[in-house]
Amino acid sequence: MNWTGRRLPRTEDPALLRGEGAFTADLAAGARAVRFLRSPYAAGRILSITAPDLPPGALLITGADLEGVGAIRPELFRFNYRAIAQPVLPRERVHFVGQPVAAVVAATPEEAEDIAETILLDIEPEDPVVTIDDALRPGTPTLHAEAPGNLVVDGTIRHPDCEAAFARADRIVELTLRSGRQNATPMEARAGLAAYDRATGRIRLTASCQMPHMLRTGIATLLGMAEADLQIVAPDVGGGFGQKMALFPEYPLLVWLARRHRGSFCWVEDRNENLIASAHSREQRHHLRAAFAADGTLLGLEADILANTGAFSCYPTTCGVEPLMALAEYPGPYRLPTYAARARALATNTCPAAPYRGVSRPVVTFGLERLMDRAAAALGIDPVALRRRNLVTEFPHVTPTGLTLDQASYVEALDRAVEAADIPAFRTRQQAARREGRYLGLGLAVFNERTGYGTPAFAARGMGIVPGYEVVDIAMTPAGEVEVRIGASPHGQGLRTALAQLAADRLGLDPSRIRVIHGDTDRTPYGWGSFASRGAVIAGGATQLAADKLAARLRRAAARLLQAEPESIALRDGAAWAGEASIPLTEIARRVHQRSEQLSDLDGFNLAETAQYDPGGTFSNACHVAEVEVDAETGHVRVLRFLVVEDAGRLLNPLIADGQVHGGVAQGIANALLEEVLYAPDGNPLTGSLADYLPPSAAEIPPIEIIHMETESPETLTGAKGLGEGGTIGAPAAIANAISDALAPFGVDITELPATPARIRALIRNAR
Amino acid sequence: MKCPPFDYHAPRSQAEALALLARHGEEGKILAGGQSLVPTMAFRLSRPASLIDINRIAELDHCRAEGGRLRIGALTRHARFERPVAPGPTGALLARAAEHIAHAPIRTRGTFCGSLAHADPASEWCCIALALGAEMRVLREGGERLVPAADWFQSVFTTALAPDELLAEVSLPLLGPDWRCGFAEFNRRAGDFALAMAVTALRLDPAGHVAEARIALGGVAGTPILAETAAASLLGAPPTPERLRAAAALAAEGFEPTEDAQVPADYRRDLVRAMTRRALEGSLAA
Amino acid sequence: MTKTPIRLTVNGVPHDIAVEPRRTLADALRDDCGLTGTHLGCEHGVCGACTVLLDGEVVRACLHFAIQADGRTIRTVEGLATPDGTLNPLQHAFWQHHGLQCGFCTPGFLMLATWLLEQEEPVDEARLRHVLSSNLCRCTGYQNILTAVRAAAQAIGKWTEAA
Repeated sequence: MNWTGRRLPRTEDPALLRGEGAFTADLAAGARAVRFLRSPYAAGRILSITAPDLPPGALLITGADLEGVGAIRPELFRFNYRAIAQPVLPRERVHFVGQPVAAVVAATPEEAEDIAETILLDIEPEDPVVTIDDALRPGTPTLHAEAPGNLVVDGTIRHPDCEAAFARADRIVELTLRSGRQNATPMEARAGLAAYDRATGRIRLTASCQMPHMLRTGIATLLGMAEADLQIVAPDVGGGFGQKMALFPEYPLLVWLARRHRGSFCWVEDRNENLIASAHSREQRHHLRAAFAADGTLLGLEADILANTGAFSCYPTTCGVEPLMALAEYPGPYRLPTYAARARALATNTCPAAPYRGVSRPVVTFGLERLMDRAAAALGIDPVALRRRNLVTEFPHVTPTGLTLDQASYVEALDRAVEAADIPAFRTRQQAARREGRYLGLGLAVFNERTGYGTPAFAARGMGIVPGYEVVDIAMTPAGEVEVRIGASPHGQGLRTALAQLAADRLGLDPSRIRVIHGDTDRTPYGWGSFASRGAVIAGGATQLAADKLAARLRRAAARLLQAEPESIALRDGAAWAGEASIPLTEIARRVHQRSEQLSDLDGFNLAETAQYDPGGTFSNACHVAEVEVDAETGHVRVLRFLVVEDAGRLLNPLIADGQVHGGVAQGIANALLEEVLYAPDGNPLTGSLADYLPPSAAEIPPIEIIHMETESPETLTGAKGLGEGGTIGAPAAIANAISDALAPFGVDITELPATPARIRALIRNAR
Repeated sequence: MKCPPFDYHAPRSQAEALALLARHGEEGKILAGGQSLVPTMAFRLSRPASLIDINRIAELDHCRAEGGRLRIGALTRHARFERPVAPGPTGALLARAAEHIAHAPIRTRGTFCGSLAHADPASEWCCIALALGAEMRVLREGGERLVPAADWFQSVFTTALAPDELLAEVSLPLLGPDWRCGFAEFNRRAGDFALAMAVTALRLDPAGHVAEARIALGGVAGTPILAETAAASLLGAPPTPERLRAAAALAAEGFEPTEDAQVPADYRRDLVRAMTRRALEGSLAA
Repeated sequence: MTKTPIRLTVNGVPHDIAVEPRRTLADALRDDCGLTGTHLGCEHGVCGACTVLLDGEVVRACLHFAIQADGRTIRTVEGLATPDGTLNPLQHAFWQHHGLQCGFCTPGFLMLATWLLEQEEPVDEARLRHVLSSNLCRCTGYQNILTAVRAAAQAIGKWTEAA
């Protein structure tokens, strides 16, 4: 055990640093360019789509051309889910601004865009449903006949004793909060390149995606083609954050083109398309009621959760992913005796919602942690003490929604954070600043992050497609290098390095001898991909199991060659050792493959193994502390300090782990202060450029301090817990609490994110 | 997001450029830095049939003090102003504002005159031009005219510049040491267009009373605007904190703000009050 | 559309290509010169992924037409490492300090930082943040990008503690 746990620089990096990475658009040479025509209306009936004379070689594809192509229609068998169908290209109606309605093919992207401008889309506009309130209003238009009242998910959890808890409460604390709509905004937008291989008749779709195997299944099903004739390659992928999980209509259309026209077709999404027409998230409204005893004990919680999930249901996670995640995870890290909640998803004429880093838990944590601060004020109890009183301290702990919390450090992480934040010193600074008319605030957020969950968790949601497990194939080449083929599909998380570190320790090899192969359905076992903070836990666990099986084979072979017992063989420094005697692994590999007469009676003719891993899941936890200064005149918030105490169990590579926390926190700060997708009342998006939708720059993100704790999970093979989403989950709540603390002299607090300067000014103005 | 097609011309002289402008009229457009033009073309919101690239015209590339004014040629980039181009309050004000104009890779290309011709309501240079009383030297084939800043800005992205004219030079007064200039702007993200900005210039007489006052606001209406009532309120008395605050309040009430989904009118007024006061206070603290 | 022959000298190598006037420098580098290290993240001048050096000045290649760069010299990310692939000190600092995750914005940040470190004036924390705020990164929260550039500046004696 010497490679795992090191801050090893990544093997992924040198090529990317030389500009030699291969992102989808980098591979487009020779392909014809595809441009999508998108609906200019939020709702409408398609009357006609007509083109003037197209230049030679150009194509116009409409829904009428796609005879026999299926619609995207993911299933969920619980929670009153209404399955709605999303056509690859619609023939009758359009449902959101940006929905693809036709595709133009030309020699170059410029020409395709020129031609697209000449196509006449005759669409009769209809009244749109844009907001949560629009969708709920009696008599509002119905988007889909299958979903009366635009209700697409309606889930309930109701403990019979919840009312009694409220009846005996000393104090009931209420909160209505609103979360603005966001776009995950990977720096590389979506892109796909479909190429027909004349020699085999197969199609290779190179796509900027997170779930290549799922994409293959989905597209083959829609097009009624053999899955074996479709190869999906996820090359270098420029970030995803959940947005690139879904099966979007653009991808089956590219494969359809490549099959029909026996050629190569490339679509590179532009930023405007990505901002209005890829996938959105987080537009939610929660109403919370919490019952407390006078001593601060939380007695019960009621939650009414509404999510605007847009026009369609994302495949495979469905539009239930946001409301149902909120429904299940509201207890958070707190001991909650009883719970009653309803979670609804509402269809609207807006861009469909899909998972985005944190999925609902940024909103849930915003809700719980604001609730804790409000309750602390109402009860006259110190907010830290109130949290400490209610945090779960004994493990395993079963939540009222049936989740099992494994060993964690909720109170310990809070205490570490409180100590590092030095709250008394902050209060002194805060008082001094207030005397000068400056408003400082400090906010805490304690949370847990459900990570690394396998099929049981997804099956419990009643999903038609149940992801969860991962399979890893491992093999040693005749020359002694190790190839690790994984179904997961990293795109920036550094799994190539971290998994090599894990395997290196199990095999006694230098990580530079290990190649982790991913993102190609022809070269990797069926698996799910990289999302839901699962890579280190699930792909890691499967890698460890596979490496152990390979190690066992190597030991058996070494025992034969060294005339020792397999149990006595140690693998280290690239060799197998029996006491002082050793044989290089390269020699074992050569003999197994090329002198098989000596060894094949042991394990056959190769050094290949496969392993599968499907854990129940584990909860990492963290405490975030934000210090802010609010400019009361402009409403501007400056984040002065951001501290994270993170407990993600055993860290495979702390350098990478820190990077995940940094990036997550930055997105959380952006969620809290800057980023919001806005629509006009007619359903036209108002944030179609990066000048309107505001991902933060280096100037807005403060230095982020990280303290690691390592409470190893008994539930995972590696002891690791996931941490990819935690930064994004906790930061919005910490910032909201910090702003609320700063604004305490005005008697107002934050219930809506992002807390834009205009909103903060409105609070202050109305308070005065 | 690719630009629509256009014809490209790269004249080597001012005369050649003016001849091209005369020939292409409404269909032609000057390309200097291109930092505002190209994005609008990428979104296909602008589709000139011809671009006349003036970057090779040496006679347009100057920035010099002359006759009490700073003369800024059409090819002077924003980055040039990051360090004072002239001693005194004018050069210092330009340097103060320059760092707020987008980012370094934009400032190496974008031009001062291009900003004046584009007339984004939130342009720092436009606001300064109005505050200081800039003068635009406009050329056309066989003609030349000078347009004062007060007549230049007509509406959003619209100026007194005719389609066949070239904004060859902008001149600004080189203010004397008795002037105090201030600048403040507010944006949500570094380098973005401001939601509000204020440029102030006060001349103090030997007794320390305000003898002349100019306050211009940017990013709050269709064009940069002068807050004349607010400026007048400062005249004839020392610029005490109370008077500055009162002037800022007047500035906030004296205009019709543009509104959008992210910036309601009353918030715009809040920002104008804050920026005006900060610009005034900053100018006197220096 | 008619194409115009132009010459771009990129990383010391002349590229004689023919472009439509509307072709941006970024598209010409990628599609006509085959240098796909320069990335397009927004094509409207906000994200900075396409940052390159044009005659030594830092520019957004999406806001510049290739035809304007006729006869000029351009430096892109592909020119930073030695021909055998050895990373230069700035690249090496990004590697050691984990200054990249997905790597898509990285070429733009490298070229921006290259320019910053070649300027005469020393770099302090404020200037570092001011200049680097030009480009967007979605993965790193900027922490390790700033650390890497700081380290590279220190290594060449360009770093100064705040004035």
